[in-house]
Amino acid sequence: MTEIFGIPIQAFLGQLMLGLVNGAFYAMLSLGLAVIFGLLDIVNFAHGALYMVGAFAAWIMLEKWGINYWIALIVAPLIVGALGVVIERLFLKRLYGLDPLYGLLLTFGLSLILEGIFRDQYGVSGQSYPVPDALAGATNLGFMVLPNYRAWVVLASIVICLGTWFLIERTRLGAYLRAGTENAKLVQAFGVNVPLMVMLTYGAGAALAAMAGVLAAPVIQVTPLMGSNLIIVVFAVVVIGGMGSILGSVVTGLGLGVIEGFTRVFYPEASNVVVFVIMAIVLMLRPAGLFGKEA
Amino acid sequence: MNTTTQTATVAPADTAPPSSTPRAATGISPLTRYAYVALLALAIVAPMAGLYPVFGMKLLCFALFACAFNLLLGFTGLLSFGHAAFFGMAAYIAGWLVKAQGWSPELGLLAGIVTGAVLGLVFGLVAIRRQGIYFAMITLALAQMIFFVCLQAPFTGGEDGLQGVPRGTLFGVLPLTSDLTLYYVVLAIFVACFLGIIRVVTSPFGQVLKMIRENEPRAISLGYAVDKYKLLAFVLSASLAGLAGSLKTIVMGFASLTDVHWSMSGEVILMSLLGGVGTFFGPVFGAGIVIALQNMLADRVGAWVTVIIGAIFVVCVLAFRKGAVGELHAWLERRRSRG
Repeated sequence: MTEIFGIPIQAFLGQLMLGLVNGAFYAMLSLGLAVIFGLLDIVNFAHGALYMVGAFAAWIMLEKWGINYWIALIVAPLIVGALGVVIERLFLKRLYGLDPLYGLLLTFGLSLILEGIFRDQYGVSGQSYPVPDALAGATNLGFMVLPNYRAWVVLASIVICLGTWFLIERTRLGAYLRAGTENAKLVQAFGVNVPLMVMLTYGAGAALAAMAGVLAAPVIQVTPLMGSNLIIVVFAVVVIGGMGSILGSVVTGLGLGVIEGFTRVFYPEASNVVVFVIMAIVLMLRPAGLFGKEA
Repeated sequence: MNTTTQTATVAPADTAPPSSTPRAATGISPLTRYAYVALLALAIVAPMAGLYPVFGMKLLCFALFACAFNLLLGFTGLLSFGHAAFFGMAAYIAGWLVKAQGWSPELGLLAGIVTGAVLGLVFGLVAIRRQGIYFAMITLALAQMIFFVCLQAPFTGGEDGLQGVPRGTLFGVLPLTSDLTLYYVVLAIFVACFLGIIRVVTSPFGQVLKMIRENEPRAISLGYAVDKYKLLAFVLSASLAGLAGSLKTIVMGFASLTDVHWSMSGEVILMSLLGGVGTFFGPVFGAGIVIALQNMLADRVGAWVTVIIGAIFVVCVLAFRKGAVGELHAWLERRRSRG
């Protein structure tokens, strides 16, 4: 069998793989959004910008100092995580208890600032980041040729998502986090340093976005606009999956990536829009999202 | 999240205290009325005093856009992050009808209003099912869908946009080629819409909208069909945004992807926030500041315009949630209660 629905199987599986890679990024980014929203009640519009900064951090490290991919994969998230901590201390701290819309607007402003700075420095044309040597080339699976790096991205993101899920649902720290989202005052009364926890959560969310950025750097062009192009789709993913649900983020992210890949095979013009169409349909049937609880 | 935090809304700056009941009934105080008349007089003589009419018109178009947006956020408490869709799509439709189909400008504007209304109805039907940040994110995502449609549809000119839209002749008698003539036409449309918005907000319908903003569960318990009111407000706001977009196309002679991009939705939020959400004149003032800033800075600082706009956003959210006009209101109120 060399064709599926009249499409060569190679092209079909290739698009599917591409969709899965995109889905991996959607999953990682919406996961970070879910974690931040869960504890801080803030819709982090700056998430796309932090993802972009992560990719640029890796690119700058390679260009300026020759720091390789593997080190960047650790260091860039740390830098951006620290930036996240600063943002939380300087700005977000002042908005707790207010309408969550203010958080959305503030982080929107922050994303404009970050994007503007990088646009001033590097323009809008993309910078390319080479695939690390260890992951160069492709593996022939017999029925298709799989680029090693793409396989790595999917694998890495699934591991990261599972790790985050485990941390939050199965550890003591995660229990504190979940308790903090339910009743911060009570948790504080038990001697847990909630402000510190909140600060580190935002930092961790930012680091998660940056890690996605480093993973993305060799697959797509590194440009100041890469975050703002992605963040709206991620918002749609979050709405479809149900805000704040970790499982929902991961499953919906991967699933929508694949659906987008399918659409690109059969009706390319609609591939950019299909996620939003699905969002509209899901909202009609289940206003709280697929995995969300009715408020 | 419980419903009480969701219905708490963004800076209702002009909520009148119990002592000033007459003002609450008519909406605007005599002092404000004099100020509006003075401003109108200023706007009428401004082109003679050296204001570049094209700049003035651009400002008025965006001021109208901001007022339309504020009708929703300020007086109904719904934050739409997708208003660029109404503005931009109307700009394209009007531009295409006038340029390629030879429609007259007034019909083009009408088509812009209808475009805004139809899109607003569709968006509203989907988005009104959720509240607060969900509402914002859904409108944002829907607007992005419109962006991709505009990017790919054959009539929009893709990346190039729609260039060279003629201004035409208004009602077949008034040629709009002169900047000055068009300026007064735009001013007239703006003033009519501005007064219309005041009329809507001070009407019983507007009072219901304000009640929804203040306490939605109570409005529901009193038997109001809250969703219908919200939907109507949404359609009204979208129609006015459509009028603003199509008017902008007639004035500037082009429609482009910038008009329909989500950063335009962000800009109109900034205009309202900067001037004062929930005040009548705030959005106009905010639009003035933002457009003037962009005009002055665009050539000099390049990408830093975005940084500056972002910084203003952050400062507004942190320190001046009432906006310039809102803070002025609050200051006058404090002075009155002291003296």
